[in-house]
Amino acid sequence: MMSETPDTFVLRTRELSKTYGKAAALVRAVDEIDLDVASGETVAIMGPSGCGKSTLLHLLGGLDRPTSGEIWLAGRRVDQMSEKALARLRRTAVGFVFQAFHLMEELTAVENVELPELLAGRSPRAARRRATELLDQIGLADRAAFLPAALSGGQRQRVAIARALVNEPLVVLADEPTGNLDSAATVEVLRLFDGLHAAGQTLIIVTHDSRIAATADRMISMRDGAFIDETRLTGGARGDLGALAGLEE
Amino acid sequence: MQQEVVLALLAKEPSYGYQLRARLRQALGSLGDAMNAGQVYVTLTRLEKAGLVTSEPSPGLPDRPDRKVYELTPAGQQRVADWLAEVGWPGPAPAEFHLKLVAAAAAKLADPLAIVDTQRRELFRRLRDAQRAAMAEPDYSDAGLLLEGLVLRLQADLRWLEACERHWTARKGQ
Repeated sequence: MMSETPDTFVLRTRELSKTYGKAAALVRAVDEIDLDVASGETVAIMGPSGCGKSTLLHLLGGLDRPTSGEIWLAGRRVDQMSEKALARLRRTAVGFVFQAFHLMEELTAVENVELPELLAGRSPRAARRRATELLDQIGLADRAAFLPAALSGGQRQRVAIARALVNEPLVVLADEPTGNLDSAATVEVLRLFDGLHAAGQTLIIVTHDSRIAATADRMISMRDGAFIDETRLTGGARGDLGALAGLEE
Repeated sequence: MQQEVVLALLAKEPSYGYQLRARLRQALGSLGDAMNAGQVYVTLTRLEKAGLVTSEPSPGLPDRPDRKVYELTPAGQQRVADWLAEVGWPGPAPAEFHLKLVAAAAAKLADPLAIVDTQRRELFRRLRDAQRAAMAEPDYSDAGLLLEGLVLRLQADLRWLEACERHWTARKGQ
């Protein structure tokens, strides 16, 4: 395969498809998607339930295999990798964030964060140091020894994000990360994503939360397995907010 | 009654005032009941004075506003085109935006889905500003509460635009 994959793109797909069923009952969950994600970019993929956005995310992260098409991660084609190589990739090159947090309830915050490092073979001492550092960066140093049950929803999701970051992944994939959060906790998570963006982390977020989409670099709308619209968002004039709030000149 | 709404409803074809009222009733349902029956005629008279519509009395009928057929002038057509292309903010009010889509679809002057799309981009821009401003506020700040109100309103508008998109997509298929 001779496709060009410039280094500026961390993640690329070509005609990526995932179908279920056969003949008349064929469902095109992901339908020939071409996606190019630049290094350091935050991309939001929006669409109604069942549009295929979660399936797409699972394909990108190697949690599921495509029916056809290509996935390139940092210049390497990953869709045809062996199961073993794919598992290693999932542990080191990709960080996942889920709607329901998926923290281990019997482990403390810091133990949850260091788990992927230990699985990747890092020494316990180095793993603990890095996990503690990350919790400090996200403002949860004083919660390191807490079990998830003792944390708020926003705090739990921040711990889950720290866990996703701990092996310095090429890309963080988030599936409805604010779906279970109230308004204040959503702002916490958005601030954290904003900090990651500023630090150059590549982020792909599937969501139906318009607040996340509005703060991304790029917003892609998905329907019936395909991309139907793409918008690069730029800010408007702050002055308009005053008018919106009823503060006329 | 906003003048542009009446103009846009006329864009489909020359019409009697009562036909315009019927179109409004269909588009607005029970919300339209609040409108005074004479409002459409008052607006038509103003529009005629402004040179945006002309009227033709029906032969054999008394020369009264409700017996006349109204038609857009070229200036009136231009005004309608400008109104459809305009992305107002803050607003437009829900009824005005709704009637814009109804009139655009009826007169085939513009694709309602394109109008929805333009409006959505605009709202996303505002939401971005409002959300960024909210994120810059410390927790529990008073100003943050106001910004949360703006964010919630913009989100509600965006959800309604999704409903508009579904509705007019379905209409297109019919």
